[in-house]
Order: sequence, then structure tokens, then C-alpha cells
Amino acid sequence: MAATRGAPSRGSHTDRPHRARGEPARAPAPEAAHDVELLREMLLVRRFEERCVELYSAAAIRGFVHLYIGEEAVAVGVHQALTERDAVVSTYREHGHALARGVPAEAVMAEMYGRVTGCSHGRGGSMHLFDAGRRLYGGNAIVGGGLPLAAGLALADRLRGEERVTCCFFGDGAFAEGEFHETANLAALWGLPVLFVCENNLYAMGTALAREHAQTDLAMRAASYGMAAWSVDGMDVHAVEKAARGAVASIRAGNGPHFLEARTYRFRAHSMYDPDRYRPRDEIEEWKRRDPVATLTERLRTAGLLDASALEKLEREVAEQIDAAVHAAEQAPEEPVESLLRHVTGRDEEAPS
Amino acid sequence: MNTRGKATTGRPEDASLSYREALREALREALATDERVFLMGEDVGRYGGCFGVSLGLLEEFGPDRVRDTPLSESAFVGAGIGAALAGMRPIVEIMTVNFSLLALDQILNNAATLRHMSGGQLGVPLVIRMTTGAGRQLAAQHSHSLEGWYAHIPGVRVLTPATLDDARHLLAPALADPDPVLIFEHGSLYNATGVLDRGVREVDLDHAVVRREGTDVTVVAYGGSLAKALDAAEELAGEGIDAEVVDLRTLRPLDDATILGSVRRTHRAVVVDEGWRSGSLSAEISARITEQAFFDLDAPVERVCAAEVPIPYARHLEQAALPQPAGIVAAAHRAVD
Ligand SMILES: Cc1ncc(C[n+]2csc(CCOP(=O)(O)OP(=O)(O)O)c2C)c(N)n1
Repeated sequence: MAATRGAPSRGSHTDRPHRARGEPARAPAPEAAHDVELLREMLLVRRFEERCVELYSAAAIRGFVHLYIGEEAVAVGVHQALTERDAVVSTYREHGHALARGVPAEAVMAEMYGRVTGCSHGRGGSMHLFDAGRRLYGGNAIVGGGLPLAAGLALADRLRGEERVTCCFFGDGAFAEGEFHETANLAALWGLPVLFVCENNLYAMGTALAREHAQTDLAMRAASYGMAAWSVDGMDVHAVEKAARGAVASIRAGNGPHFLEARTYRFRAHSMYDPDRYRPRDEIEEWKRRDPVATLTERLRTAGLLDASALEKLEREVAEQIDAAVHAAEQAPEEPVESLLRHVTGRDEEAPS
Repeated sequence: MNTRGKATTGRPEDASLSYREALREALREALATDERVFLMGEDVGRYGGCFGVSLGLLEEFGPDRVRDTPLSESAFVGAGIGAALAGMRPIVEIMTVNFSLLALDQILNNAATLRHMSGGQLGVPLVIRMTTGAGRQLAAQHSHSLEGWYAHIPGVRVLTPATLDDARHLLAPALADPDPVLIFEHGSLYNATGVLDRGVREVDLDHAVVRREGTDVTVVAYGGSLAKALDAAEELAGEGIDAEVVDLRTLRPLDDATILGSVRRTHRAVVVDEGWRSGSLSAEISARITEQAFFDLDAPVERVCAAEVPIPYARHLEQAALPQPAGIVAAAHRAVD
């Protein structure tokens, strides 16, 4: 599935490729530990969102909630290549991005509850998760709206001589917006350190890729702006990690923006409101056979790196983390209505609430 | 412009300068004093700015700080927002307000909104400059006055420098503002010349100013309409009507206190606005006057706005579509007589 455009081939993404090229081979033990960490992060996202479904059905959380279930390997894989100095710009389908970025599950859950302890102090909800300290710049619900911001964050780094990368996640639907094309041109023209990660889950709400794009080879189109562009199997966390590490290293080396298309699939509907009438059942089932969480679990199991009890322990730890987040969110106070008008302008910030 | 005074860079104190040069001096000062500041926009560099405002700044500060952009309003305005988020102080120039609509999404959904949506974590200290207004026979797509729309948006500040001193001294406090500031420069003002007032060092962005004191009627104006309001006031004075002229200077937040203070003295109000009447800034000001000073009024609030048409090309039609001193005089008569 690895199509290479505008850059030298990175080879197949199906072998165990989570080491950056040129890095010495690691002993099996740390490698196994790394893989278990990848699994833990993906499990956290998966179980967090499964809990969101329950909480949504129980009307504990509201609003538009877009689930990332099935796409976890993309956020987790890409984040292996990023450091805390880098910046991330995200979309409304961003629980996975925020958790992979290290935003505590508690802060994300509290935001869904609209509580004052939420990562956006209850102003954002599911679609607008922010964490300035972790350089997570949203959470943008205007499709493509975050793309120019990523160019600007990268421009600031360039002007100050900072060796940081800005990673921008967006969908195949956003690729059709002018925002992508203006930003790709600008970033390539100015050689900005941006990693464009297109999460191609084959649908923009109900519109299939071929019904939204005259040319469905997205990497080829991105490459036409003069930037290195790859497609990668977005269901394989190792493949994503390897490709992201390669791209980020090249960006840090001063080679300008890079584009990574992660071919993935969402197992759930577009949002909680979506009856999902547009996708053939057998297509969904076929992709589910490539479930990134199940695939990695199975790989670890057959390699003898994770037995049933270790997996059970991992699951229990993740469940406890989520239980704690839900509990904390339920206990957290609501932002008082008297502070409704806060955070509109910076001058208000001095005003006592 | 009847101003006197001193310049700060390479110009004799009493030499006259244009509104364009006043803006340029402000830009030069900002670039020279804060390395976080950079200017970006279509043709701001090699061309010197499509209205000549940034002429020479590229040579002085280099292409990193005076940055030509592609024709991509949404991307470069959004990039300005991103750079501001990262701690820079970008000044983004959009050629005219008409083209700013291609970036409206970025301005409204990102610049104005990020602070609130992030629960106060992220500010966008960005300055966006653009021309506005009609009067140069450029036809509809280059002549509209949409600053009133932007004044509708919480989270931004909207400035309309009408004088040389404001053009020279608005930028520094705008850059110091922690939030997005939109500066609207009326296209008919660039060639206006005068001498800077040496007493003015910094402009107060929170308050309107009384440009002419009077007792019989308050004329509220801003930007390109200020001079017309002052001309009308002179004409009225010849007829024995003493008009007070308030220059709004800041359209958001609106300085109710100055407007209402004046209306309470004169008991009559005429609002001049180059935007269309329906749903306009003039409607907002009129509503505030009736809400807060109804019992001080001796006459209904009068409005002088652009005709409800896309601004036409032909000179006589264009002039007929715009607020003119004669229309302001007539409105003042209706209020006073
Ligand atoms: C500018 C804009 N147009 C339309 C929408 C409504 N909308 C929300 S999500 C979506 C589909 C986007 O698809 P894609 O970019 O592929 O991302 P995905 O949801 O698949 O992750 C649409 C049309 C929107 N939020 N913003």
C-alpha cells in the first residue's frame, strides 16, 4: 500500500519498521516494551471512546462527538516522531490526537462534561480540545480551518530559528478545501517545517473519496506542490511510526514540508447523530479485520511478548485510568455562569470572575 | 488635515506628510522596535504595498520581515493567526476589505474565537490592516464598507483611523493588544496630507474623540466620513447651527459614554456610516442612543448611510450612493428644525 511520491522510496511498510533508518537495531526487550507502549496508547484511545459512547447514550456528555475508533494507529504512530517542543493542530475528531499528545484523560473527559477542569475550561467540548502547555492548538471544527494555523506556527519557528515541527492532522474531505491547497503552496514556497498528516478514512461524512475527488491519489496531488509525499497503511502503527519518523527527520533537516497520507477507516459512524447509511456492511467488516489494536495485540501475542495475563493487566490499567477520569469529571464543578463572558478578549482576563 | 507637530524618523519636525507616510512610519517603528513584528501580505514587499504604504520597508528590513505572499487570503491570514499563537506579532495586510471575505472564516472562526474556545489559554495578538470604502470609481467589488460587519464580532477590536495622528500612532497600541485588531484605512485618505501633532504619542483605543465641539446636534462619524461630517458642520455653522462631531475611532468596542455624553448635551443625533443602512453599525448606534438616552432626545435619531446598492462605477452614481456633506446637513436640519 506504500506509494512513494516526490521523495526517494522508504521501502515497504509491512516489515517491522518502527526504527528510523540508520538507527542501530535495538535488543528485543526494549523493542517489546516500546510495542507494549504503543498498544497501551491505542487501547487508551479505544477504551476512552467506547466509554464516550456509553456516556453519550446516558446523556452525560452532549454535542457533536466524532469517534476515532479504527484510526488509533495514526495518532499514536505519528506521535512517536514528535517531541513536546513540536506543535500539533487537530480537527473535531481529535480525542486520539489529544490523548496521544499526552493531554490527561481526566482533562479531556472533564471537557466533554463541560466542567471547569476540562482542558478548554468547558468552552470547547469534544470538538475543541486545547492544551497550550503541550502545544496542542485545537480542535478545529471548520473542516480545513486548522491548516493555515499550522503554516503560521511553523513560520514563527522558522523566523526564530527554532528546530521545531508543526504537525497538522486533517481528513480526505479537508483535502478538497481551498485551505489545504493554499496552505500546501505557502508551506512549500517558504519551506516551512510542517508535517501534513491526511487521515484518509475514505469518507467525508457520507461522501466517498471517489465522489469528492476527481483525482483520488492524494499523495500525488500533494507532491505536485513540490513537497515529499507518502502514503502509508494507517492501520499499521509500525508503518505509521516509521513513515512519520522519516518525514519528521527530513523536516528537521531543513527539507521543508512533508505530506503523509494515512489510509485508514473509521469503524463507527461519522458522529453520534449519523445513521451511517452510506457504507456497505461488508466494507466495514473487511476493514475491521485489520483493526490496528487487534493486529498489534496478535503480533505481540504470537511473538511471545504479551501473554493473556499481561494483556488483562494492561486492559485493567487502562480501564482504571478511564474510570478515574470519569469519576473526576463527574465530581468537578461547573464553570459558574457569572464567568460566561470571560475569555473573550485578553483584557477581560485581568477582571476577577 | 489641520494638525501640527513632529515626526519621529528622518523627517523635519514640521514637514507635512501624507496619511500613507504616517502609516509607513508607524510600521517602520514597529519593525524597528520589536523583532517579533513582521509584515505580510500581497505585494507588501517588492511592490511596496498596493497603496504604497510599505514602500522601502523591504529594503530596510529584508524579506523575512516584509513578506510577500501568494494570492491566498485565507492561508496567509490563518498563518498570521498561527504565528501570533506562537508568540510573534504579525501585521497582515489584506489589499481591501472586499477580499478579506476570503479570509473571513479564519478571522471569525479562528482569530476571534480561539481564546474563548480554549478557555483563555490561547490569545491571538494579531494586527490585520486593510483598505475600505468607496469614492474612487472602482465599482462594487472594490468599494464596499464592511467594517461594521467585523464590529459585530466579539473577540476582535476594530479601528478606523480618520486622521494623520491616528494613522501614525494607532499601530503601537494595536500591537500591544492581546487580541486580534483590525485596522480599516479608508482608501480616500492615503493622499491626505498634514503635519503631525507633536503632543500626540499614543492613541487611546478605547475612546471616541470629539473632533469639533458644538451644542445643537451630535454628528457621529468615523474613518472616511469624518472629513465629510466636519465639512457639514462648517456649513451648518454658517446657518447658525452648532454641530458637535464625534469620531468613533474604535468601532468595537463602541465607546457609548462619549456618544451618549454628547447626545445628552445636544439632544439630537445624526449618525454617518458608509455601510448600507440595513443591519448596519449606524443601526446599532441608533439603537444604543434610544436605549440609553431616549428621554434626552428632542428628535428621532437620523442616519446618513450608503444607498442600498452595490457601489456603482459611474462617478455621479457613486457619489449619489455615498454619504455626502449635503446629506448630513439635511439630516441635521431634520433633527434640529
Ligand atoms: C467548512 C466546513 N464545511 C462543512 C462542515 C461539515 N462537516 C463536518 S465534518 C465533515 C466531513 C469531513 O471529512 P474529512 O475531512 O474527511 O474528515 P473525517 O471526518 O473523515 O475525519 C463535514 C462536511 C464543516 N464542519 N466545515
